[in-house]
Parts: sequence; structure tokens; C-alpha cells
Amino acid sequence: MITQTLSIGRRLTLLLGAIAALLAFLSWGMVSSFSGQAAARTQDNVLAASVATIAETLRSEQGTVRLELPYSAFAMLGAISEDRVFYRVSVAGETLTGYDDLRGGRIPEAPGEVLFDTLEYRGETVRMASISRVVLAGREGASVTVSVAQTRNGIAAVTAGLSRTAAVLSVAFFVLAAALSAIAARASLRPLNEIAQSVSRRGPSDLRPIRRPAPSELAPLMTALNRLMDRLGQSIRRSEDFITEAAHRVRTPLATVRAQAEIALHTVTGEEEKRSLRRVIRAVDESSRSAGQLLDHATVAFRAEDLDRSPLDLSDLTRAVVESLSPTAEMKDISFAVTTAPAAIRGDAILLQTALRNILDNAIKYSPPETTVSIQVTRAKAEVQVEICDQGTGLGAGPVAHLTERFKRGDNVEGVVGSGLGLTIAEEVMRAHNGSLTLRNMTKGGTGTCVLLVLPSA
Amino acid sequence: MRFLLVEDNLELAEAVVKRLGLDGHAVDHAACLAMAEDCLAAADYDLILLDVMLPDGDGREFLARKRAALETPVIVLTARSQVSDRVGALDQGADDYITKPFDFTELEARCRAVLRRRGGSARNEFKLGTAVFDPNSGTIVQADQTIDLRNREIRLLEVFARHPGQIMSKSQLLDRLFSHDAEVTENAIEVYVGRLRKKLDTVGVRIETVRGLGYRICP
Repeated sequence: MITQTLSIGRRLTLLLGAIAALLAFLSWGMVSSFSGQAAARTQDNVLAASVATIAETLRSEQGTVRLELPYSAFAMLGAISEDRVFYRVSVAGETLTGYDDLRGGRIPEAPGEVLFDTLEYRGETVRMASISRVVLAGREGASVTVSVAQTRNGIAAVTAGLSRTAAVLSVAFFVLAAALSAIAARASLRPLNEIAQSVSRRGPSDLRPIRRPAPSELAPLMTALNRLMDRLGQSIRRSEDFITEAAHRVRTPLATVRAQAEIALHTVTGEEEKRSLRRVIRAVDESSRSAGQLLDHATVAFRAEDLDRSPLDLSDLTRAVVESLSPTAEMKDISFAVTTAPAAIRGDAILLQTALRNILDNAIKYSPPETTVSIQVTRAKAEVQVEICDQGTGLGAGPVAHLTERFKRGDNVEGVVGSGLGLTIAEEVMRAHNGSLTLRNMTKGGTGTCVLLVLPSA
Repeated sequence: MRFLLVEDNLELAEAVVKRLGLDGHAVDHAACLAMAEDCLAAADYDLILLDVMLPDGDGREFLARKRAALETPVIVLTARSQVSDRVGALDQGADDYITKPFDFTELEARCRAVLRRRGGSARNEFKLGTAVFDPNSGTIVQADQTIDLRNREIRLLEVFARHPGQIMSKSQLLDRLFSHDAEVTENAIEVYVGRLRKKLDTVGVRIETVRGLGYRICP
């Protein structure tokens, strides 16, 4: 099993989401700060206009500075908020009118210059604008300072409102960006998923290179995968060739020995010689049979690991195996009685044939001549059954369950060539298909062995 | 019967030719596919025994190439017992396959089954008195009467028919009748001879017991 680290899709989503969160936070900060500044500037401008307007109305009358407060100067302050407004007009430091305690601001030096200060006044923060002007009072010019201050509650409220709106927009932006990142991550991973799917959909023996178009980032992976499959295919072919070649080399001389022994059997006359020739033939048969079953066993082990589950009909398969074994059965005048029913399953045809062939081979081998081997394919709800019964001597008195173990043979098989692998092979095939193999002695109507195969139906 | 054996191992080929010859079959041997082509052009065969691995190619490919023009049934000789190999051979037009090393009684049984499926030919029939014995279908036909024989009876009668007048010992018959995978006693031969005698009753052919030596057929 592969240790799974964080998925690429999730990584991408998280990374893009984090970036979106950072951007959202920054934009919120910037919008709130700009809007605060803009509001402050507006207040400053209004305050400046207000002090300028008041300063405009300063007059000198009979040697003293006179002031007629223009209400418009305060009205414009009221336009921005409901904040409280304070003012003070002083001539050379002496309060002419307004709040006497509104002090602390800087006094502008140059006439016409407006200075702004933020200060604490009567327990509240106020913004104050001051302007100076020289008014001719009598012969001397008097320096008059006009200050107007306004509390900042309105500005703070406006700023907070703007900041709240900015926050809502930023959150919305973040949510949208996060959703888009998830979609983008999935979309950019789609080619990878498609390739993974097309590989996993393949049959166990399909080692053709993957030909589907792929993004350039995946090309090295695909090339490596194709090269690996190519190497695997070559090594499988090589080992199959090797097995074929090895089998050929072993079996051809065995065939020669057997044929020569049979010829000799027909030409020699001595009973003793004939007996030993028959022994030679039996030994050849035994070794070739074992070799075949060992090969079958290896095939089963190999194919069962990654089972081909093609739809097939077990009845068709059974009939084909029966037909191919008929001549062998005929030699002993054994007949097959086959009854079948449609039996759709999913499985590996080669393995199932191997299993059936081994069981039928056994049935023929252990049956007396001129008997019948019955094969019944039936279908019950969720399973398909094949029962193969012979009219042989049965399984003997020994325990039955261990007979499917490797190289185990019954205790009544003396005189019959066998390797003890046939049932093992059959059982392994059944197990690979989630099925089972059960052996039993026939209980009624004479002796015999029954093999019951049960497979889940398709 | 006339066989064409395509097999590159000369020792095996020689043994097969000899062994089939003992049963009265004529066998031509081709050591490669080129020779097989020549043989097929020159003569008419009842059956082809084709090896898979040959020096000048794969027997199955040869079969796939020739199948359309070839009427003769083919039995493939394979060294591998795996099903996949056999299925492959059958797909490419072989009528049957047999795994090396093979039992000649099994080879004969398979040949007979293939020929029976293909309809057979009159060449393999035997005249027994007034009747005709066809080993492929396992019948004796006399006038309008047909006698069916079981497999071992067919083989027994075939041995007698191929060697008319010759004494066959029980031991000789034993080796032709039974494959060697189980112990069989010579008493079994007596059982089959007895049955065959009963079936041949109406045909007017007798199987004589030659005391101490064996049996022979008297037409």
C-alpha cells in the first residue's frame, strides 16, 4: 500500500485559498485606511472653509475688531455629521468670542495659512482648524486667530461603516476566490485522474503503452510508465517463452522415450521385459503429468493475483472442456452425462477451464470402464453450481478435507498415475473466484466421488 | 490410415512413424514446414499431426495460413499443457491437440473422434465376411443391420482386422487396448473378446482362441 500524503488537489486549493485570504485582508486594510483618510480630509477641508469664512467677516469698527458670525460657516460643518462644533476668535490671545477654553492649537504665523490640530477637548477628541488674519483696528493691525473645532464621532462612524463594507466585500471575495481555487485545482488535475482511470480500467494482461494525450507536465511520468509496462511485457513474454521452450525440451525427449518403449513393448516377447517397459511408460506419464500440473499450478498462482473477470457462461465453458476430454473418456468407454442451465458468471476462462479439466481428468482416471461421469451445471439465486460425480471407488475411508492440499492423494489410489496437484489447482481457482470446492463420497446409489463447485453468479 | 507427421525431432518422428506403422498406418514424415508443403502437394492424407515449434516457423501460423485451402483434419502436437496454448491452437484451425509425450491409444482415440466429426472416409473401412466395419464410427454394417461397438471393442476388432489370420497374444492386445495409467490384468482381455464374439455372431466372423498363444480372427 502507498503511504498517502496530502493530495495535490487539496494542496493547490489550500495554497490558493491562503493567497486569496491574504489578498482579501490586505484589500480590506487598504480600503479602510483610505476611506478613513478621505473622511478626515473632507472634515479638514470643511473646517478650513469654515475658518476662512469666519475670518472673511472680521471687520474693524471704531478701532475694535468686530465679528458677525456667519451661520453658513457652521451650517457647512453640519453637512458632514451631527458632531458638536466649538469655535474661538481671539485677538492677540484675548478671546473675542466663542469658547474661551478652546486653546492648545498652534497659532498660524503667516496670514491666510490654515493649521490643523487634533486635541482633547472636554473629554472628546476634536479636530481643530486655525487661521490668522491681521485686522486694522485703529492705527495698529491686530492679529486675529479664528479656530473652529469639531468632534470626530461622525468621521469615526463613517470610517467604521466603510471599513465594515470593505470587510464584507473582502470576505465575499475570499469565498469566491476559494471556490474558484477548488474548481481550478480539480480542473487542472483532471488529466491526471483520467490517465489513472484509463490505467486502472485495463485488464490484467493489457500492457500496451498509454496513448492518450497528456499535459506536458505529465509526459515524463507517462513515458516512464510506458517504459515500465514495456519492460514488464518483455519480461513476461521472455518467461513465457522460457517456459514453453523448457517444456518443449523436456517433453520432446520424454515423448521419444515413450514411443520407443511402446515399440519395444510390441516387439519383445518376454513377460519380464514387457513388465519393465510398462513401468517405464508409466514413469514417463507420471513425470509429464506432474510437469503439466506444476505448470498449471504456476499459471493459476500467477493469474489469480490479478484475476481477469470477463463475463462468461459456465455451461459453455463446461461443455467445451467435456468435449475436449471425450476422446480420453472414450478410451475407457466412460460416457459423460451433461446437463446445463444458463450460468452467467464473471471469471478467468483459462483458469476455470484448468480447474474443470483437472477435476474431469481425475474423474476419468478413477472411474472404472463403462461407467458414467455426470456433470450438472445449475443456477440458484446468487450462485452457480457445477457438480461432477463419478462412479468410481470414492475417496477412501481417510479424511476428505485434506485431499485438496498440495501433493496429497487419497488412501485408495494405488496403481493409478497421479501427482496430487489436480484438486489443489481446482480449489485455488475456485478461491480466486470467491467460490468453493467441496468433496464428498456418494451416499446413495453405489460408490463414487462428487466434487461440488460453487461460484457467485454475475 | 495415411498420416503426415510434421515434427523436427528426428528421433521422436522415427519412433512415431514406427509405432503407428505397428498399427498398420502409413506415415510420411516432414521435418519442416517446407517439406510439409511438398508432401501436401504430392499426396492425400487422412490426418496431419503438426508440431508447434519447427525450425522454419510456428506450426500454428502455418495452420492459419493453410487452413482455407486444406481439407485434411489437423491434430496439433504441443509440448505445453497450458490451456491458453491449446485454445490458441484450436482457434487457428486445429481440430484437436495432444500434449507430448502422448499415449498412442489416446492419439488414436483423438484421430478417430476428429475423423468421425469430419465424416471420415471409406478408405479406413474393413471388410469382414459379408459385413463392413468402420472403426471411425464404431459400426459394423451388414445388409440392413447395424451393430454398434463400444470403444474398446472397436479397438480390439481393429487390431484383429488389420492382422487377419495372425495370432495376437493377450499381452499384445493389452498394450493396444489400454493406456498405461492403470494396472489392468490380462483377464480383462478375455472379457472384451467374449463380448466382441457375441456381437460378431450374426456377421459370420469368428474369433478363435489359440490355446496358450492368444486369439486370431477367421473370416
